[in-house]
Amino acid sequence: MSAGGDRAPDDAEPLPVDALLDDRQTSILVCCGSGGVGKTTTAAALAVRAAERGRRVVVLTIDPARRLAQSLGLAELDNTPRRVEGVGAEAGGSLDAMMLDMKRTFDDVVEAHASPERARAIFENPFYEVMSSSFSGTSEYMAMEKLGQLRARASAPGGDGSEPWDLVVVDTPPSRSALDFLDAPRRLSSFLDGRLIRVLLAPARAGGRAYARVVSGAVSSVTGAMARILGAQFLDDLQAFVAGLDAVFGGFRERAETTYAMLSGPGTAFLVVATPDEDALREAAYFVQRLSAERMPLAGLVLNRVQTTSLPRLSAERSWAAVVHLEDRAEDDEEDGTAPEALARGEHALTAGLLRLHAARMLRLEREQELAARFSRDHPEVPVVQVPARPRDVHDLAGLRAVGEDLGRAR
Amino acid sequence: MPPAPAAAVPGGDQRTADERAGEDGLLFPATRLHVVTGKGGTGKTTTAAALAVALSRGGRRVLLCEVEDRQGIARLFGIPPLPYEERTIAATAGGGEVLALAVEPRAALLEYLTLFYKLGRAGRALDKVGAIDFATTVAPGVRDVLLTGKVYEAVRRRRPGRGAERPPAYDAVVLDAPPTGRIGRFLNVNSEVSGIARVGPVASQAESVMRVLRSAETRVHLVTLLEEMPVQETLDAVAELEAVGLPVGAVVVDQIRGDTLPVQLLDDALSGRVPASAVREGLVEARVVRPDASGASVVEGLLAEAGEHDERLALQEREHETLAATGRPLVELPLLPGGVDHRGLEVLADRLTAQGLA
Repeated sequence: MSAGGDRAPDDAEPLPVDALLDDRQTSILVCCGSGGVGKTTTAAALAVRAAERGRRVVVLTIDPARRLAQSLGLAELDNTPRRVEGVGAEAGGSLDAMMLDMKRTFDDVVEAHASPERARAIFENPFYEVMSSSFSGTSEYMAMEKLGQLRARASAPGGDGSEPWDLVVVDTPPSRSALDFLDAPRRLSSFLDGRLIRVLLAPARAGGRAYARVVSGAVSSVTGAMARILGAQFLDDLQAFVAGLDAVFGGFRERAETTYAMLSGPGTAFLVVATPDEDALREAAYFVQRLSAERMPLAGLVLNRVQTTSLPRLSAERSWAAVVHLEDRAEDDEEDGTAPEALARGEHALTAGLLRLHAARMLRLEREQELAARFSRDHPEVPVVQVPARPRDVHDLAGLRAVGEDLGRAR
Repeated sequence: MPPAPAAAVPGGDQRTADERAGEDGLLFPATRLHVVTGKGGTGKTTTAAALAVALSRGGRRVLLCEVEDRQGIARLFGIPPLPYEERTIAATAGGGEVLALAVEPRAALLEYLTLFYKLGRAGRALDKVGAIDFATTVAPGVRDVLLTGKVYEAVRRRRPGRGAERPPAYDAVVLDAPPTGRIGRFLNVNSEVSGIARVGPVASQAESVMRVLRSAETRVHLVTLLEEMPVQETLDAVAELEAVGLPVGAVVVDQIRGDTLPVQLLDDALSGRVPASAVREGLVEARVVRPDASGASVVEGLLAEAGEHDERLALQEREHETLAATGRPLVELPLLPGGVDHRGLEVLADRLTAQGLA
């Protein structure tokens, strides 16, 4: 097969971001990637751009930097989508934004699935406070839950204007592995179908005698061991907690499975975000493999903070050669005492300095592009959009729009 | 010299200021557990590794731990993935050695159960019903309890032999910890546990871990770049750690780029004190621009890049001031243009030693 057009073989397929945003079939956009690559900014910029192209968007951010949150009008963490004023109205679009409050989300799940008395018992259990607010890991479960809720509201039957959103943009939690949120629901399911929960629940279900007889051997040995490790009081609290949450977990599992199915559906697009350095691209390659193994619809790679130049033909090598030439020349002048005017010396030093800066920039740029090319050789099927590095961080709407422009301009 | 951070830690550092300063100019002479955190992408793992190398020089034995299943240490040292086993990964100057351990929660739990509870059949039963899997993957937080518990064990371990005064197994332990966004929760997980289990074996284990983490034996170092978001996260983490009584150590400013254009020249260029025509003449002299060409676009392009450089420098200066205002010792590491290899780690280790972190 011959390579089409004049693209070099290791040049990436461009990622048509605007077409993706304009496609009404796209109803969920998930931004994933390792920490520090600009996931949240990318999610926010995509949301702003989609809204200004006429979509009714809600963006779910998880733990955004404070100033970015402020730029979206999210001064407080209140777990409710808030309208971002001045975005998209002219195009018939709108933007709402929210920040995930995992404890509040957890509370809502409990309240929705348990009777008031049971919910109160859960809230009063010492485990609950800790699990719902302090432990890392909960945010993955809750991000999935919240996404499910938003999506449910977004696709609620209406047509009477009650349908608030047609696009949900999600920024994934800063997890140990950024795909933890995909794994969390399944881990939960396997736990719920597993034997541990039955063993833990056995004393609470003492009414079921036949069942108790069957498992009693295992139960006494397991609960005995757990009591030894954990202490009797601890085990009592844990059993009460698990028993209390049983109903809630059941409902949550169903929802998590629905959300998981939805993520692999045709309306979803995953964008992997990376910076052009070895670590981030290795993580990106891992995400690409995982997503394809899970048959999750990967739209492409956003390569963030890429070094750019208006002088691409003045390479690092040529710039360095020029610097060396100018500096040698200056030394010669000094030695043979031809005493050039002060200005001449200064001008050469300045030109050499400017070329030195450019050489350093080109060195970075060349290395970054080599890494990008390597990624595309290894993953030719993954379209890529490059977003230029900015001298300063983005923390207002104007900045988000500028990033959106760059995203829309598929390279 | 910023005020010694230890003073802010209740029940922590009891030593006098002179003792703190140390004869050998160490910032934290009493510290044996160095926890290294930072926003993703700031060079946390590299800094932790360089610190381990620096601490091990002169015949000391240092353990470098990672807890995030990333195998970052193995990649950095160019070795196969680390098992759940302490093994030597580097011999350093003066007969020192760095050992590495990738702490894996499941293995840590099984080890813990065997060691402390002599669980034979019951331990297997726990595994069979999925309690081990549950504890290490589903139950949020249990993982952190196990990971911090294992690190605690390594810090407290003594060399084999007799007597209570046996020297510790490791002169220092360096932990490549979770990122700043999760560091407070990660390190403080044991005090959360104390909140649930007030008595019993879990409670006493949790209390022992917290006692070490809050003592002068431990310092949490924060790695950052001179960029807004990492600096903001650093400030947030300092506040969060202080609020829960965990001792903050140094702020490591990573990847500082060498200044390639003297500030005076940069000012001259950007203020127009040196005219564009002079720059053009230099470019002609260097044969970048042909004598008969205008070269305007090249001059403009170079000046625009210098302008961006200047903007970045100003921003960095501001971020530097913000960090200095925390009163924490700032330790600076250069950006190594060719990436970090063995040689690079030694260079970074030199810098850490010169600035008193090791």
